[in-house]
Amino acid sequence: MPKDHGIGASPKRREDVRFLTGDGRYTDDINIAGQAHVYFLRSDVAHGRIRSVDTSEAAEMPGVVRIFTGEDFAAIGGLPCGWCVTDREGNPMQEPKHPVLAHEKVRHVGDPICAVVADTLSQARDAAEAIVVDIEELPAVIDMKKAVQEGATKVHDDLTSNLCYDWGFVEDNRAAVDEAIKSAHHVTTLELVNNRLVANPMEPRVAVGQWEKGTGDYTLYTTSQNPHVIRLLMGAFVLGIPEHKLRVVAPDVGGGFGTKIFHYAEEAFCTWAAKECRRPVKWTASRSEAFMSDAHGRDHVTKIELAMDADGMFTALRTETYANMGAYLSTFAPSVPTWLHGTLMAGNYKTPLIYVNVKAVFTNTVPVDAYRGAGRPEATYQLERVIDKAARETGRDPIELRRQNFITEFPYATPVAVEYDTGDYHATMDKLIEIADIKGFEKRRAASAEKGMLRGLGVNCYIEACGIAPSNLVGQLGARAGLYESATVRVNATGGLVVMTGSHSHGQGHETSFPQVVADMIGIPEDMVEIVHGDTANTPMGMGTYGSRSLAVGGSAMVRATEKIIAKAKKIAAHIMEASDQDIELKDGQFTVAGTDKSLAWGDVTLAAYVPHNYPLKDMEPGLEETAFYDPNNFTYPSGAYCCEVEVDPDTGRVTVERFAAADDFGNIVNPMIVDGQVHGGIAQGIGQALLESCIYDENGQLTSASYMDYAMPRADNMPMFTVDHSCQTPCTHNPLGVKGCGEAGAIGSPPAVVNAVVDALQRAGKDVTHIDMPLSPARVWAAMQ
Amino acid sequence: MYAFEMERPTTVDEAVAALKDEDAQALGGGQTLIPTLKARLAMPGKLVSLTGIDAIKGISKDDAGRLCIGGGTVHRAIAEQGDFPGLAGLAARIGDPAVRNRGTIGGSVANNDPSACYPAALLATGATIVTDRREIAADDFFQGMFTTALEEGEIVTEVKLPIPEKSNYQKFAQPASRFPLVGVFVAKGADGVGVGVTGASEGGVFRWREAEEALSGNFSADALGDLAASADGLIGDMHGSAAYRAHLIKVLTGRAVSAAA
Repeated sequence: MPKDHGIGASPKRREDVRFLTGDGRYTDDINIAGQAHVYFLRSDVAHGRIRSVDTSEAAEMPGVVRIFTGEDFAAIGGLPCGWCVTDREGNPMQEPKHPVLAHEKVRHVGDPICAVVADTLSQARDAAEAIVVDIEELPAVIDMKKAVQEGATKVHDDLTSNLCYDWGFVEDNRAAVDEAIKSAHHVTTLELVNNRLVANPMEPRVAVGQWEKGTGDYTLYTTSQNPHVIRLLMGAFVLGIPEHKLRVVAPDVGGGFGTKIFHYAEEAFCTWAAKECRRPVKWTASRSEAFMSDAHGRDHVTKIELAMDADGMFTALRTETYANMGAYLSTFAPSVPTWLHGTLMAGNYKTPLIYVNVKAVFTNTVPVDAYRGAGRPEATYQLERVIDKAARETGRDPIELRRQNFITEFPYATPVAVEYDTGDYHATMDKLIEIADIKGFEKRRAASAEKGMLRGLGVNCYIEACGIAPSNLVGQLGARAGLYESATVRVNATGGLVVMTGSHSHGQGHETSFPQVVADMIGIPEDMVEIVHGDTANTPMGMGTYGSRSLAVGGSAMVRATEKIIAKAKKIAAHIMEASDQDIELKDGQFTVAGTDKSLAWGDVTLAAYVPHNYPLKDMEPGLEETAFYDPNNFTYPSGAYCCEVEVDPDTGRVTVERFAAADDFGNIVNPMIVDGQVHGGIAQGIGQALLESCIYDENGQLTSASYMDYAMPRADNMPMFTVDHSCQTPCTHNPLGVKGCGEAGAIGSPPAVVNAVVDALQRAGKDVTHIDMPLSPARVWAAMQ
Repeated sequence: MYAFEMERPTTVDEAVAALKDEDAQALGGGQTLIPTLKARLAMPGKLVSLTGIDAIKGISKDDAGRLCIGGGTVHRAIAEQGDFPGLAGLAARIGDPAVRNRGTIGGSVANNDPSACYPAALLATGATIVTDRREIAADDFFQGMFTTALEEGEIVTEVKLPIPEKSNYQKFAQPASRFPLVGVFVAKGADGVGVGVTGASEGGVFRWREAEEALSGNFSADALGDLAASADGLIGDMHGSAAYRAHLIKVLTGRAVSAAA
């Protein structure tokens, strides 16, 4: 019997009622009396020197409040970068200035040059069209390998080159890896591109800045995954506003996928301009602006080499990656191709020697930062593609080759610095073979052939490091922030609870799943628990939601705070029932004295906490409210095995995904339905990357896929029904819930399965195709077949 | 969107008069023009909505047996008519339900987007475009990307299509927009076979005459034999090279012939 409440049950998502009936309250729904609107005039050239900006005519136009340029921000801080990567020589990365409005130079199409504040958005746009900007165009730096050649045009004049850093990991292994590859029985080499993506959350970014003249308090309403992080970065590093004078609110947020982690220029502008203009200032991105100002994802060019012995055991792995940073360093950009990527190159396998080299490069493109999976999809894709190629080259079964190299003993310290606590890769592979009905593939292939279609099957494994992360570890790796999480549990007098979490929900369903945990611990109905998130004014300082961390880290903080609540409540109950608190048991919302028939209801005790007439006032304060900060001692390591079956139309190259199965190990599960949904969404994004999505710049730095007319988003009819299973559970050993995180798995695990399946289909048809770069559009697949 | 005046006449004559103003622009279902306005890519001083003119809506047959579709008829109505299944199938796959409930055949034909679907059917069937002032053969009407024989202020009031014995439209969707990357309409009529190709050419919609000739003698996909569409003048972009589009023209023509009903 499935559970009907508490941990392991699947109550419907309570927040969906308001989302589906139009009652959500998003940032764009916030309108403050007297607000003005800002329109950003953005560069239409990729690279150029600003000769002059003439706003004189525009300033006289109807409704215009003020027009700001980069000059206005020259004395104000730029946008900070939250992670410093150290290069192979031990030197810090090159870190360019990132002005709020472009100053002296524009560095990508979409770089904001002027901000026009007017009574209405239409007036602001009209005025922006009257601004005369004179730009001396410079050659655009687009191709990463050309960008780092001697004499290349520099994106930032004050840096020594376009190389942000040249990172080696583990540098001490370099010679041994080189030697192992040189002397290997077999080496499989693959060069591939991990395509640049635009996150495209359904809700574009929005910011509303407000300044109260009477108190000097600032408020920023913004579409963020982590309002406290924005408050710290913007307050301390950009605008110089202390936290107690700055409130950041991220209300309902319509999807983030990583791109709403970062601190953006528009947020700083609206907050600052609210005081300058003495009016609230609002900005809502158009979809076109989102394409050219939201941080993009992926964009790696990689060469990977896998060495094997005669028995098919992996002996060494070496990779060289060029990672695009774009024109500026977005908040966490440097960490993505390094610590979130290199540390995962062991995958599920006991390869003893690994060396990862990453060259991060500045180009005249939109900044690139974390996008669902962030570094781990890039690692998984190259590793699982090269293993598939190696299996084909050596005539081995791709599943068996993986199996013989699986890590089977835990904890396992990889040669790339992380220690996996638990996992059972054979179990997820066994489960996958069952749910994907791999045995039935030949029959399905024959049926496809009858229709003239080429059918292929692709399998891959993945591992990811989630629940980011131990603060002391990430601090050593260059993070400039802690990565704990927080929760305050406030019990009201009549027994209801409010959990104020530092995590943020923008689609993950925290308002449903978090109460399941707390209600289960106390033994009360879930509707007695409310989740509050997204407002720095009423939540404890927390680091927000990304990296599949909310339940593993934020949920653990909530458990710790609830444990404190229960401990105190037991003492109150013991006092009232005249027993020792050691003898008090809490079950189903009832406190009992062990071995007696004495009992007290949860509500009686909570009332006593606030009406302390019969209360141990000498020993304890009244009230029932506790806060916990939780900092894990390791990442969590979800893993799994995925299988994709495709049909390829030999006449057109069109690929359709016919079946997709995912067997995941997420440790313990709180709400299986929400986990299913997270995996579904992740797989959809992964299939989107594999088959459809492609962000393309031409050689002049023009973004040619700048709208949905050319940027192909995945749609429901691109997907088969997914078969997902998460019954293989090896609970995390170091957090109190034993959970691992599930938000990114689908996006990490699915692209290699799709590409492996297409290559399989073509090879079975006798085509000499070993690799096609994503997205596997009909035109690309057809060209590969010719 | 820039500010504009708006008129909503109820007769063709009123509409023609309203369109005489400088900077006036006819507005059909608005499925192309409204997004263009929202992106500030057009600045008409006045929009003349045609949606209030009942006389240019509806579908009937004339004495010659042609399907006569008012210019203001929406795609959904064309998708639901049963006289010309090939055309119904084409209309049923334009855009999405919202587009099909608003967009009109007159608007599509007048705009002549190089990736619009209807022009392929009009060329393949030898249709006639009726305006407020004259009748124009489809072969003369479509003159290149976004270019037609229409004069300033001329309104498409009706489209008359001979109903073929057999027809079919094959659309190979561009992955992002889902407009045809290549679309081929094949019509087998009493006088021969028409093959209209959309989406593929820098010159807009065109007839693949070599295929028409081959199919007129033998209406089967095999008749295409070694025939290959030329890649000269075809569009090459991020979604497919000119050679790929040329290849698709042949594949889709064959499929349309096989599926024609």
